[in-house]
Amino acid sequence: MSAKVITITSGKGGVGKTTATANIGAALANMGQRVACIDADIGLRNLDVVLGLENRIVYDLVDAVEGRCRLNQAMIKDKHIPGLFLIPSAQTRDKTAVSPSDMIRLCDELRPDLDWIIIDSPAGIERGFKNAIAPADQVIVVTNPEVSAVRDADRIIGIVEAEEKGTPKLLINRLDPEMVKQNNMLSADDVVDLLAIHLLGIVPEDKEVLISTNQGTPISLNNKSLAGQAYQNIARRIMGEDVPLMDLDKGSGFFNRISSVFGSGD
Amino acid sequence: MQAKEIEIKGIKNGILIELKDGDWEEQENALLSHIDENLTFFKSARIVLDVGERALKSPDLSGLRNHLSDRNIRLKAVLSSSLVTERASQDLGLEIKLDESSPEPERSPINTMLDGEEAVFLHRTLRSGHKIEYHGHIVVLGDVNPGAELIAGGNIIVWGRLRGVAHAGAGGDSNAVVCSMDLSPTQLRISDKISVSPPRKGKPRPEIAYLEDGQVTAREWAAGQ
Repeated sequence: MSAKVITITSGKGGVGKTTATANIGAALANMGQRVACIDADIGLRNLDVVLGLENRIVYDLVDAVEGRCRLNQAMIKDKHIPGLFLIPSAQTRDKTAVSPSDMIRLCDELRPDLDWIIIDSPAGIERGFKNAIAPADQVIVVTNPEVSAVRDADRIIGIVEAEEKGTPKLLINRLDPEMVKQNNMLSADDVVDLLAIHLLGIVPEDKEVLISTNQGTPISLNNKSLAGQAYQNIARRIMGEDVPLMDLDKGSGFFNRISSVFGSGD
Repeated sequence: MQAKEIEIKGIKNGILIELKDGDWEEQENALLSHIDENLTFFKSARIVLDVGERALKSPDLSGLRNHLSDRNIRLKAVLSSSLVTERASQDLGLEIKLDESSPEPERSPINTMLDGEEAVFLHRTLRSGHKIEYHGHIVVLGDVNPGAELIAGGNIIVWGRLRGVAHAGAGGDSNAVVCSMDLSPTQLRISDKISVSPPRKGKPRPEIAYLEDGQVTAREWAAGQ
């Protein structure tokens, strides 16, 4: 077993990187994969909260990097899903506590025991972001269908390409089909058209996401939620399955799966 | 006649001289005097000598080589079916066969530069944060996204969508133009004039922007105009 490292990043803050990390990690683990989610947002940790594991933290990423604990001591087992682990970030330090080569070393140490390592990148393009993408085999760029988020995503894609990490894949989060219909929101087509990279999936706007985030239970475990379904599909596409994009137009509870013009899978 | 005894051919990498059988010293002298008569032809030449079956020793060959180099001619290779000659050539560091594959360093590459027509060609998407500055023209085969900047001393051609900032004639050339398949820049500058493109109505068409009466103007970009 040798894990693949996926880094989830966005440039702009608040577009749903942490939610995406938690949900993709949970969905992959739910498919029987062994997954570690790493919170690389040192100083502003919250992946532990989203996964509901805050009260189990003893050691964190910086402790592991600086040798105060063994790496497996910093790995917290998820309470819902076997095979899902979290390496939390430190709350009391900042991005400079870890270097890109530390991250590469850490991931190399983790690789043999896992199938996937999912890294939650901090917002921005500085040190924290560089740390997060250094070990990446694949980068996923999360964006919202709004001009500022897309602009930042475009910049991030340029940097990731310049770092020779390959072309990232795109996750469009919080798309509201109603607003798109009324021409008040960029459509997925608009976003893909501008960014010109492969679309991994679209997660619709869904109040359930906020509720599950606050409860510390990933939405991707909820089959009734449209967003949960979307994350499950994304995880299947990451696994190499050819899953068509959902038709979000039909509204919740009743939707057909159709082949989209973008195609899907790799 | 001497010309009959010495056969001279131009080959890919120099001049091939075939010597007929006969007394070596006589042949050598005949060759040298032939060269002296045609010094301009042989000037700086590389010579491949085919001596046939003749067995030559190192002193023979080095003597000829010295005479040739006195005349600024380089003896490159000696071809022979005689083992003795081959060994002597190798001792002197001469090649013993025609090297067909060796390049011709003497020939200078074709000069493709035109004065005042320098351009940089970019075949990719220019994303937010990319900035291209060039003193000549800029040609992009791909999209220029919002947040990207092109600054050219000359013209800018974008075979794709131009949605970032473009500045043509940045050195003050008011004849510079900006062309794009979809001209919707965040901001367009030509020379020292700045303009913002109006929101597009309908399908994008190829357009060319230029200065007219000190105003940035755009019209459809079609062939033959």
